[in-house]
Amino acid sequence: MTAEQGLLNVTSDGATLVLAAAGGWTLTVAGVLGRTLEAIRPPPPDDLGVPGRIRLDLGRLEALDTVGALLLRQFRDRLLHENHPVLIVNVRPEHIALIEAVWRAAEVEPVLPEPGRPLHLAVETVGRASLKASRATVELISFFGHVCTALVRVLVHPRRLRITALVYHMDHTGLRCLPILGLLSFLIGVVLAYQGAEQLRRLGAEIYVVNLLGLSILREIGILITAIIVAGRSGSAFTAQIGTMKVNQEIDALRTLGLDPMELLVVPRILALMLVMPLLTFYANMVALFGGAVMSYVLLDINFYQFVTQMRIPIDFWDATVAMIKAPVFALVIGMVGCYEGLLVSGSAESVGLRTTKSVVESIFLVIVLNAFFSVLFSTIHI
Amino acid sequence: MAIPDVHPDLTVDRFLATPATPDVPFRPDIVIQVRGLVTRFAGHVVHDGVDLDVHRGEVLGVVGASGSGKSVLLQAVIGLIRPAAGRILVLGHDIVGLTDARRIALQARTGVLFQDGALFSSLTVAENVRVPLVEHTDLPSALIDEVVRVKIAMVGLPSSAAAKYPSQLSGGMRKRAGLARALALDPEILLLDEPTAGLDPIGAAAFDQLIGSLQHGLGLTVFMVTHDLDSLSAICDRIAVLNDRKLLVGTLESLQQETNPWIHDYFSGRRGRAALHAGS
Repeated sequence: MTAEQGLLNVTSDGATLVLAAAGGWTLTVAGVLGRTLEAIRPPPPDDLGVPGRIRLDLGRLEALDTVGALLLRQFRDRLLHENHPVLIVNVRPEHIALIEAVWRAAEVEPVLPEPGRPLHLAVETVGRASLKASRATVELISFFGHVCTALVRVLVHPRRLRITALVYHMDHTGLRCLPILGLLSFLIGVVLAYQGAEQLRRLGAEIYVVNLLGLSILREIGILITAIIVAGRSGSAFTAQIGTMKVNQEIDALRTLGLDPMELLVVPRILALMLVMPLLTFYANMVALFGGAVMSYVLLDINFYQFVTQMRIPIDFWDATVAMIKAPVFALVIGMVGCYEGLLVSGSAESVGLRTTKSVVESIFLVIVLNAFFSVLFSTIHI
Repeated sequence: MAIPDVHPDLTVDRFLATPATPDVPFRPDIVIQVRGLVTRFAGHVVHDGVDLDVHRGEVLGVVGASGSGKSVLLQAVIGLIRPAAGRILVLGHDIVGLTDARRIALQARTGVLFQDGALFSSLTVAENVRVPLVEHTDLPSALIDEVVRVKIAMVGLPSSAAAKYPSQLSGGMRKRAGLARALALDPEILLLDEPTAGLDPIGAAAFDQLIGSLQHGLGLTVFMVTHDLDSLSAICDRIAVLNDRKLLVGTLESLQQETNPWIHDYFSGRRGRAALHAGS
């Protein structure tokens, strides 16, 4: 016995095609059932031209679910369309409610989305994107203004500063960042020394590895690696924290309680970051130099005393401090973008993830652009 | 009757082939059997020896004070948390010791509506309803689309809602969409976690009516955690009260005669009496 016969027994009674449903018309057999019903063709008209009739007997149907009822409906509709009304008989009482419910639901017309014209759509997309970008720029600038006024307000009224929050964020963005930042800086120092030594040894100028390390790490590498790690670690955390609070309506709750989210959430985060970033940069510089010194000792037999002595030749005051000038600016950018994106979160959990990604990408982008700007600026004013 | 290659647990007469567990006699008319359930969280006992039978085709309402473990009971029944002791048999299967394949097959026979619908926020309503159908069946794509359309219409959503994302819907519509997804695979058991919470009275009454009509039409067994006295009187056949880590089962009338102070306050307070009055 094939599956088709198990679900539907086809016989004929004169000009009438008699179909007897059997077994269970349910989801699990819907594929077979659909093909079986699809294969039923209306009987040919008799000699007098009267169209053949179809009778479907549901009396021995053991189980029926919504998919079965839907296929039944589709079968009836198809034959009705071909001008062969199907006579459905012997419906079991326990199936009536289900069939009624499904058939009623199946009558609801689907709403198809309007087909858009491609050219219009392209123009519309570009227009929307431009408007969005310009609005975002204006909003970011206005957010910068808000942050500045809030910072000034806190500086003028130091009692409004949330010390607990500030210390908490300094701990999380600063202290807890030390292990990973130290490890990565050390490795960067090692790699730089290794690559430098390889090249400079050919010229017999091994000792200049120290100059290379000193200048590149103190001026550029240390601060960049710190900024990138802080953006990935703390900038993303700011967005996720504030974003989740936004989803939970905690930000609205703060406002209704007469508390300023700017002062409560944004200022402590940005201020904490601006305070710890120079410290982190200094730490990263020292660890990277230490990594370089270790590698110089191993590869080139330059001991620590020689390393430090040699280091003092090319490095002047400004070389050692430009990174400290950049650090608070980068901290402001990372903190601002992190908090701004967090406040832009809307509605869903998905939006939190989206904004967090955006926050990290934007802040790293801005940090690198600003760093290039600083390089030009510093070389112009000879520091 | 030959069945195309589907999982053996998904066959039509799967139910009758269910093995009885020796210490809990299996009865086909009881779809959920809970025996001696104990759940604990970090030393805090939530349930202490809870027994419950959910009969085929009934609507059971579970009530209890906030924090009394209503939602925990629901999570235990769907296998999201592991009980510390006791047995939970869903359709005759002990859900604790099941292999992954059998558990998935069993989950396909139960539909769950979480509190706020728990729709996947990155998918549209129609795609949400599609997910279980695509994952658990091998239906042709056109038929799946048709089934999705019917399910969305059956829960009373306008067809324009199908292409919308959950964040574009109101709370009541999200619940309806969640219900459509829970019903996608034509489950035998429907578990609802506070289905009317957060709806206005008219919306709540309409949702109650919807569950009642679907339960009647599809022959569902409904296990419903609720706070809503109106839902209890409108659609629940029996009511289980979680109080002091134990479960007490009865009807609205019988529970009103209870002497336990919490249960008495719950059903014979002003709101309880009003709901009963409206229901009768």
